[in-house]
Amino acid sequence: MTTATVRARIPHRKRSVRRRVSSIVLSVIAVIVFVCAAFPVYWMLQTSFQPNNEIIGSQVNFWPKTFTFRNYETVLFATDRAQFLPALGNSVIVTVLTVVIALIFAFLASLAVTRFRFRSRKSFILTILIVQMIPGEAMIVSTYRVLDDWALLNTIAGLTLVYVATVLPFTIWTLRGFVNGVPVDLEEAGMIDGLSRTGAFWKITFPLLAPGLVATGVFGFIQAWNEFLLALVVMSRPEMMTLPVWLRTFQVAHGTTNWAAIMAGSTLMSIPVIIFFLVIQGRMTQGLVSGAVKG
Amino acid sequence: MSTLVNRRARFTPYMLLIPATAVLLVVIGWPLIQLFIISFQEFGRAQVFGAPAPFIGFENYTKVLGDPAFWNVMVRSILFCLVNVVVTMVGGTLIALLMTKVNRFFRLLLSVGLLLAWAMPALTATIVWGWMFDTSYGVVNYALTNFFGLDFHAHSWLINPLSFFFVATVIVVWGAIPFVAFTVYAGLTQIPDEVMEAAQLDGARSTQRFRLIVFPYLKSIFLVVTILQVIWDLRVFTQIYALQGIGGIREQTSTLGVYIYQVALGSGEYGIGGAIAVITVFFMMAISLYYVRQSLKEEQL
Repeated sequence: MTTATVRARIPHRKRSVRRRVSSIVLSVIAVIVFVCAAFPVYWMLQTSFQPNNEIIGSQVNFWPKTFTFRNYETVLFATDRAQFLPALGNSVIVTVLTVVIALIFAFLASLAVTRFRFRSRKSFILTILIVQMIPGEAMIVSTYRVLDDWALLNTIAGLTLVYVATVLPFTIWTLRGFVNGVPVDLEEAGMIDGLSRTGAFWKITFPLLAPGLVATGVFGFIQAWNEFLLALVVMSRPEMMTLPVWLRTFQVAHGTTNWAAIMAGSTLMSIPVIIFFLVIQGRMTQGLVSGAVKG
Repeated sequence: MSTLVNRRARFTPYMLLIPATAVLLVVIGWPLIQLFIISFQEFGRAQVFGAPAPFIGFENYTKVLGDPAFWNVMVRSILFCLVNVVVTMVGGTLIALLMTKVNRFFRLLLSVGLLLAWAMPALTATIVWGWMFDTSYGVVNYALTNFFGLDFHAHSWLINPLSFFFVATVIVVWGAIPFVAFTVYAGLTQIPDEVMEAAQLDGARSTQRFRLIVFPYLKSIFLVVTILQVIWDLRVFTQIYALQGIGGIREQTSTLGVYIYQVALGSGEYGIGGAIAVITVFFMMAISLYYVRQSLKEEQL
């Protein structure tokens, strides 16, 4: 006997009660999932606003008893450890350079593979896909040696170069999708109206690509900002550290003694990423699985 | 004149590809060649300071493959990857299904929570979870002891390797589920309502509906997402490395990426580290091959 016929015999009211109960249960589960997902972020924030001596007592506070900015002062201005502000500076410079250079290079490459037909086009795209799959963890062995040979260890240029190469394949792949999304017909219409091919591209296609460029750029920003392993390998000198390496050093140095300050440091590092992330969230899934969803 | 334009157009795509190709050749291509060369050389601390690096054939490889420590790391990495991929895929799919069942308010709530988890950088996430699992002042021990009446007072989560990997799994899965949930949810919304309604009218139970309709519909999404998860979880570095820094025994908790780092940059054994890295590259490429093929097929170059 199928469920449909069974269901048909259940009186209408009973069925709607059951549906309401199950909808309440599902809503409760949704709230639990939300709490599990958001709790660590909340815990980081609320710890960072408590005095350290209050978080290492026998009582755990789920909301700051005493509200303080002291930990942020410690992180920003304490001079005993590798300092936050120089690390922030390094991170900003490397990240911005990476995003700008990668976007320009990837933009040019994506034009080549979408708007032109040439012999090695397919093999270039295939190479891009394969390069993306080469594990960076395996590459550190020789990347370190090669950068050392070129005297690029502990330099902004060295880390930027490595980061550009890391984000390029993905950036080209995504931008290619965006350029493909703008029909060539539009450009051709412009050319009929008397624009040159280049003119048609800049006046018609480029403005339509702007959102795609922004989304891809933000993605590159997040990757470069969060990157830890290569930064650890390339930037070992205290004054050259980027934020992730700084945070790790800070955490190891303070260990169990100053969790409040460590949480303040974590907050400062996470906030730009979280903000940028919320800006592009929709495009993120789209970009990553646009191929797969079509199925 | 037209031939001039044509000739220029013929070279344009190559000109456009030069910058990207140059960077990839210099930063990926050259070190990749170097990696292969180093893996066949005796390359230790002495060579770093200028001693000649003699070629020793497959000696590094035989050393690595004969080392039980390497196999321990390999098995550990694969097991860790499998557990994480299964938990992430099942959890992500269930949350995606949940998103289709609740009303708009709760769906928004779920999205906000998932986005927060997704946006957290892996390193800060690991440090925050490490603080929550702290032996003396962590909220987890506190909650388990005071709210659930269990004896977790001053319980150390990271000393025991199995427990260490439990914490690592929590961190990795927490960070990875949002991607899976959003992707599967996006796929679920593309299944036409009529199909689901027809199945419901035909009396298919919800498990049957999932097995017979949802799963075949989303098969390609599941495949691609699973492969991406496998690749990402096999390559896990930041979470394990940072968690070892908080507390945890290196020898018993290293995964492939961390092991390469320790052997090459930690102990200065670049030759042996190179051999491990080459093995890792081949291993990963074999797994990724399917993903690459799938991407190419769907893009219809």
